[in-house]
Amino acid sequence: MKGIIDYFRSPRQTSAKVAKERLQVIVARERSSRSGPDYLPALHKELLEVIRKYVQVGDDAVQMNLESEGDCEVLEVNITLGDKQ
Amino acid sequence: MSRIVVITSGKGGVGKTTTSAAIATGLAQEGHKTAVVDFDVGLRNLDLIMGCERRVVYDFVNVINGDANLRQALIKDKRTENLYILPASQTRDKDALTQEGVQAVLDELSKEFDYIICDSPAGIERGALMAAYFADEAIVVTNPEVSSVRDSDRMLGILSSKTRRAEQGEDPLPAHLLITRYSADRVEKGEMLSVEDVQEILSIGMLGVIPESQAVLNASNAGMPVVLDKESDAGQAYRDAVARFLGEERPHRFITTQKKGIFGRLFRG
Repeated sequence: MKGIIDYFRSPRQTSAKVAKERLQVIVARERSSRSGPDYLPALHKELLEVIRKYVQVGDDAVQMNLESEGDCEVLEVNITLGDKQ
Repeated sequence: MSRIVVITSGKGGVGKTTTSAAIATGLAQEGHKTAVVDFDVGLRNLDLIMGCERRVVYDFVNVINGDANLRQALIKDKRTENLYILPASQTRDKDALTQEGVQAVLDELSKEFDYIICDSPAGIERGALMAAYFADEAIVVTNPEVSSVRDSDRMLGILSSKTRRAEQGEDPLPAHLLITRYSADRVEKGEMLSVEDVQEILSIGMLGVIPESQAVLNASNAGMPVVLDKESDAGQAYRDAVARFLGEERPHRFITTQKKGIFGRLFRG
């Protein structure tokens, strides 16, 4: 009977889907940190310190992503300030 | 022209040695003179999987140190023509594999063999780096599971930066993905990453998918490369992988479940 109920239920978030999403995030992050220039971790740390002078944010508030197309490199920095209190 | 192929993964226990034994045996069966070299110094196991553990006299490190010559250390496989095994040393000395020593042994093997299969140890320490350093090609063994996929990606990074080809500025070495312990049933239930998922994340070409199979344990129990078990699903999947490696196009098998009818789907579980 469980099969019948499953069949009509809306598609749920399977554990494989969760695994894939988590992997995509961590692999992208690790790739950019190993392919990026050596100063990226230091830049990341200092940016976080500067932001913390003004706003209290968690360690994952600053996301950096380095992409290169041809001879042009773009460093994308995303800063999340969190929920409005 | 000899080709050096590293079988690597980063993570342990995913099937590197099983794969090394199967691919080396498969290549030898196709008439290519093949040597399979165990780089797992201190934790020798390729000899057991190949069923030649009682014939080991000299090992890889003995040859590097000049205690024996290569001919004395190479074990001729009893089942398969054209196949030779170079066992790892059981020494606990981590630095036993010097870059010069490994290069000298691989150079000498290259004179005689068409394929040299390097069975890498797990991890990213010296043994794994040495197994990969001189490779012309890599087979990355991955289980459809988060830690294995992540470690494989890490290993791909190492292959593209820490190998001789990378250091000399040549084209990066081709890397092929081999997924092992795959269960189409569990993928269908959403419990396991699919072939497409893993390939999308790692974005390298697919050499083969080996299904989770009782035949693999049976083969290792017996000390016989699973590719010799021609009736088994895993054996056939490895044969396909070898054929693809040699340039043949073959459809992937064992990656879908038998299609169930409407009743099967309604009453599953």
